[in-house]
Amino acid sequence: MMFKKWLSVVFTCFIFLSTARAQLVIEITSGADQLLPIAVVPFGYTGVNRLPEDIAQIVEDDLSRSGLFKAIPRSNMLSMPSKEADVFYRDWRLLKSDYVVIGNIQKLQNNQYRIGFELLNVLTQKPVQKHSSIDVSAANFRDAAHYISDKVYELLTGTRGAFSTRILYVTAEGDKKAPLFKLQVADADGHRPRVVVESKEPILSPSWSMDGRNIAYVMFRNRRPNIFIQELATGKRQQIAQFRGLNGAPSWSPDGKKLALVLSKDNNPEIYTLDIATQKLERMTNHYAIDTEPSWEPDGKGIVFTSDRGGNPQIYRLDVNSKRVERVTFEGELNTRARMTPDGRYLVTVQKDDGNYHIALQDMKTGRVQILTETYLDESPSIAPNGSMVMYATTYQGKGILAVVSVDGLVKYKLPSADGDVREPSWSPYFK
Amino acid sequence: MSVNKLGKFAVIGLSAAWIAGCSTTATDTDSSTVAEDANSTEQAADTGSSDQAYGAGEDGALTSVIVDDTEAAQESSMDSLAGVETVFYFDFDKSIVRPESREALAKHAEYLVANPDARVVLEGHADERGTREYNMALGERRAKAISRYLTIQGVAASQIETVSFGEEVPVAFGHDSNAWQLNRRVEVRYE
Repeated sequence: MMFKKWLSVVFTCFIFLSTARAQLVIEITSGADQLLPIAVVPFGYTGVNRLPEDIAQIVEDDLSRSGLFKAIPRSNMLSMPSKEADVFYRDWRLLKSDYVVIGNIQKLQNNQYRIGFELLNVLTQKPVQKHSSIDVSAANFRDAAHYISDKVYELLTGTRGAFSTRILYVTAEGDKKAPLFKLQVADADGHRPRVVVESKEPILSPSWSMDGRNIAYVMFRNRRPNIFIQELATGKRQQIAQFRGLNGAPSWSPDGKKLALVLSKDNNPEIYTLDIATQKLERMTNHYAIDTEPSWEPDGKGIVFTSDRGGNPQIYRLDVNSKRVERVTFEGELNTRARMTPDGRYLVTVQKDDGNYHIALQDMKTGRVQILTETYLDESPSIAPNGSMVMYATTYQGKGILAVVSVDGLVKYKLPSADGDVREPSWSPYFK
Repeated sequence: MSVNKLGKFAVIGLSAAWIAGCSTTATDTDSSTVAEDANSTEQAADTGSSDQAYGAGEDGALTSVIVDDTEAAQESSMDSLAGVETVFYFDFDKSIVRPESREALAKHAEYLVANPDARVVLEGHADERGTREYNMALGERRAKAISRYLTIQGVAASQIETVSFGEEVPVAFGHDSNAWQLNRRVEVRYE
């Protein structure tokens, strides 16, 4: 399987906490170690059968991967309580753990389990989250774990967790001269990958609808690019664009009604919008230069896109109502494939500077630009729905892999794959 | 090569295509499959012929059936192009036809002018640097540069189709300037 090794996430860089992102944490963790120490105790279980997943381990991995937490190793734990009455707070003070997550699992009827958990503050010796429980089937243990991670993350950072989200990506496997392309969907931690569509012809530009139910992508057929939309639950798909020339870069509008896309049917690449229900196509740009890579702003009023109308490719903003275009990026030799954070504050681009392609972050208020990555041939940035992390594609040891960087540039990790090239990550929205 | 001779071949080619078309189902030409995983909630199934296209495109499947057979029929009429280069290279981020490409392109133009029924697809490619959709646009721009070169020499625009593969189909797999040079190209393919 592709991502067996995703668990062995490599931290290339550890961080200190910025005040902006986790006020609560800063107050509590004084001292040199800026990572928030937390112990996730193995969940208690009295049943005889083997459990499908180690929930506490998944929660620990989630929190560690966020770059905000330092997990207390199990081997150091002096006790392993599964309910608050059994917790000796001094044990955890000795281990310098500020928080403890405990939980227990109870087998119900019909392969169902009840998973209870609580989050305890070691300093105040009180629960931050009192005992609460969720019922899941054996197949959904990982969902339960990510749910708990989201809860803990939100309680301690004030930001909604994105551990329950998913990612789309494209793999190219086998003979490089005739690879098999697969569009896959997996949990945000790379587990449980499933093939959405596979083809001997290239697949690119996967994009989520805002409710996470539908996706759009470009797939070649008979050596020509076409745009498809597909419902994930049923696999039902529609071919929505097969004009002569380019059919590319589909991007769902925030209200889910339209797709922005690129067509060159009228000679050169232009941005269009397609109303999915009425099939009405509207041309949004009109310029002899390349206009491509549209992406909606979170409020749906604007579309950012790449154009080389100024000589080199840079990012421009299109006002959807007036179709007025203004230039957005000015730093770097070129900027392409922009994505905006959900709060509209930052623009993430692929910037070329000194011959290198890196992920850059531009503050839309101040215009300040920060280069986030130091990897090689970085492309395809995609932002987590809570705006905390950017997943992107890069080249590592001659192979295409996915990597993640926090929007403050401090947390970085790679997602190495077992074989083949991995590219074109697309981070899902929240699932309601 | 006489026009008459080519005409004959074209007729044979088209009839062959028709016969082949009758015995070939449209789905055979679709090399993609939507995966099925009975255990997953995301049960996927290709809707196949119920695929609905909103775009005003042509019937891709039928086109491709004709493609294979006319290709075979044209083989002998294409003798005049034997040994003529079919891959043309470009500079980084550029779409200017290089001087060394002109001689071979002139031969392609000559053939296309002499054979108005011949159809050519110009497939543009980019190297791996830069983003994928921008490279799709860049590949198309290169294919269009070749197309312009051919039309200037009298080839009818209706004989030419430009398609871009962006950086998706490299021929060299290194991550260095040699590999990149080989991948920045337009391939001339007769249909």
